[in-house]
Amino acid sequence: MKKYVEAVLLNNERLDGRKFDEFRKPVEISYDVSNKAEGSARVKIGKTEVIAGVKMDVGKPYADSSDKGNLMVGAERLPVSNPEFLPGPPNAQTIELARIIDRGIRESGMIDLKKLCIKEGELVWNIIIDIYTINDDGNLIDASALAAIAALKNAVLPELVDDKVQWGVFTKTKVPLKFEPINVTVYKVGKSLIIDAGRDEEAATDARLSVSVSETGSVHAMQKGGSTGMSLDEVDKAIGLAIKAVKPLRDALK
Amino acid sequence: MAYNKRFDGRKFDEVREMEAKVGIIPRAEGSAMFRTGKTVAIAAVYGPRGVFPAFLQNPKEGRLKCVYDLLSFSVTERKRPGPSRRSTEISMVTEDSLKPVLDLTKFSYLGVDVYVYITQADAGTRAAGINAAALALADAGMSMKDLITSIAVGKVSDKIVVDLDKDEEDHEDGATDLPMAMSTRTGEITLLQMDGNMTQKEIKEAVEMGMKACLDIKKVQVEALKAKYKGAGK
Repeated sequence: MKKYVEAVLLNNERLDGRKFDEFRKPVEISYDVSNKAEGSARVKIGKTEVIAGVKMDVGKPYADSSDKGNLMVGAERLPVSNPEFLPGPPNAQTIELARIIDRGIRESGMIDLKKLCIKEGELVWNIIIDIYTINDDGNLIDASALAAIAALKNAVLPELVDDKVQWGVFTKTKVPLKFEPINVTVYKVGKSLIIDAGRDEEAATDARLSVSVSETGSVHAMQKGGSTGMSLDEVDKAIGLAIKAVKPLRDALK
Repeated sequence: MAYNKRFDGRKFDEVREMEAKVGIIPRAEGSAMFRTGKTVAIAAVYGPRGVFPAFLQNPKEGRLKCVYDLLSFSVTERKRPGPSRRSTEISMVTEDSLKPVLDLTKFSYLGVDVYVYITQADAGTRAAGINAAALALADAGMSMKDLITSIAVGKVSDKIVVDLDKDEEDHEDGATDLPMAMSTRTGEITLLQMDGNMTQKEIKEAVEMGMKACLDIKKVQVEALKAKYKGAGK
């Protein structure tokens, strides 16, 4: 299969007839997957489907960030989404998925964590984002990252009385976001660079580069995956491809 | 204080609005969503496939394995990801509730995995999960004598009711929860649990109300299967 995928790509074609820099259609985002979550969203890119939810709580800040809220991102590749995903503790690939998304949110500084401080050194908001894959038809990374951002955009703070969270009572205060970075993963298959790999293309992938792109086109986080190297030229091309290809995801988020 | 009127205005023997959809996860052999009120369950089936470790293989019959879990954000206070004592037990009783209608001899040595996740919880999650699981197994083309249909009945304050929601489970006078599942074709009860306080007479009344409700729920299940397979086999 890998040789076949490579040959098709060398012919400047893709298995499903898309262009190399084209996302599958439709890209769909819907909100309020769970009315118990502070925010939640469902993302579909083609047949790939991921849901994400935000839960909030209060707690002590870390000593090195006493005036900032805390962020935690978890991911589970649910066994419903792929016959090879099994229940049990997360494996390295699942942890990598969670960490790519965590860094895209954390290191970009998209959340104004200072506004999530309630009493410096004593009490801050904790934001916990959990991502669950529903159907894996390739490129879970981009769908998961988009679901996380959409759930954050959808999230409101719960009511706080005497420093205690009133469970189930939501305020109208949104989570303070500065901007919205979106992750686009470029897949290297043989000599070709493509985005939004479908299931068979992903299985044939030698290397990939996930690039988190803001509205202004600046890059906030990257992660290379796969056990094949990439040249500087390929990395540069991949970043350019990611910045150019992000538009349908950005439009879906509006 | 007597419970004379249900919080959401339903009759005492009335189930919440229900919805079922079959084939929601293209990658799976079979899949389904089942919603009762604000409780939403999804289920997917994989297999028959190899069983590992090999000592679990059974030459006489196939192995049915169910996993039930709540998504972390399906409940008011975040649920820690990963199995709990509660989810392990519910996984087991889900398995036991489905086995009586399945012909496991059709896939000896092999295994079928059923995964059930609750995306939004408002009481009655194991019943919704079992309803979704039964549909997913049928969608996967498993050899079955019947679907399995499940409902939670119980007592809120002094009244016997069908399909308790979370507000009713949390009633200040206390509530009794009695989840049950059955094959409506044979009348066989395949899940029966209870927590609370009821007399023998009340239990009989509640289970009879549940059996009646199951007939209506079964219709929702059958319609969902028909919606996917309309025109198939012609």
